[in-house]
Amino acid sequence: MMPDLGKYADAVLSAYAASILLLVLLVLVSLWRGRRMRAELTAVENRLKRDG
Amino acid sequence: MSISAKANRLWAYANPKKFLETTEKALPFFWVAAALCLVVGLVWGFFFTPDDYRQGSTVKIIYLHVPSALMAINIWFMMLVTSLVWLVRRHHVSALAARAAAPVGVVMTLIALATGAIWGQPMWGTWWAWDPRLTSFLILFLFYLGYIALWEAIENPDTAADLTSVLCLVGSVFAILSRYAVNFWNQGLHQGASLSLDKEENVADVFWVPLLVCIAGFVLLFVALVLYRTGTEIRARRIKALQARERVGA
Repeated sequence: MMPDLGKYADAVLSAYAASILLLVLLVLVSLWRGRRMRAELTAVENRLKRDG
Repeated sequence: MSISAKANRLWAYANPKKFLETTEKALPFFWVAAALCLVVGLVWGFFFTPDDYRQGSTVKIIYLHVPSALMAINIWFMMLVTSLVWLVRRHHVSALAARAAAPVGVVMTLIALATGAIWGQPMWGTWWAWDPRLTSFLILFLFYLGYIALWEAIENPDTAADLTSVLCLVGSVFAILSRYAVNFWNQGLHQGASLSLDKEENVADVFWVPLLVCIAGFVLLFVALVLYRTGTEIRARRIKALQARERVGA
């Protein structure tokens, strides 16, 4: 059920593809860095507790 | 409760621990609401709206271009407010919220510029023109990059927060120009605002309603991202502090 985009199909599809790609990348990078920082903080806190 | 008492309660969130506790609870709602609005708005706009009689199917780009441009400008204003809070009250969370918002602003500006160029090529016959709005948006994009680079370049976090806050104040001029460039210089290719409180100036209802859903989606996505990323910045700052304590103790 793809709509008929006529002669502008390339423009419309490339705009959607570029935007969605950028948004997905932004979310994934944010989540990846967030998880990394959580793990690193837990490791540092545990090390400090262990070493007094 | 008086307004000033309510405002004072807001400062409780300047405490990183309180901020993290509260946002952990709120984040699932924002992620789900953002995903729902974006999917509904974009699917509605792409599949179920007609072509424009002049612009053909390119009108469907409006569902990405307008919300991202709106966010690009307003994220800078959010950064301005949090930077001012940092400069006046020295709350670290507010400086870190500005830092967390900047990459989101970069991506929004990039989407606005890219979709604008893709839309402009078939409509204006050119990818780019040194039009007031386009040029001020490009300068805003460079300000975002400069803001992020400045944070990365300075070792001391408080000095970095001070200098980036000043940069944010200066960049606000270009954020205002980006918003009102069309009104200031009544020339160039770019049209006036697509949305306004005066409904007569808005786009037709058939495009307007899905556009509002998309804007809601972009706003909710920004809120989710900035809350999550601020939490990440708080943790990164704590890691640095703990590592410094480790080095002193060693």
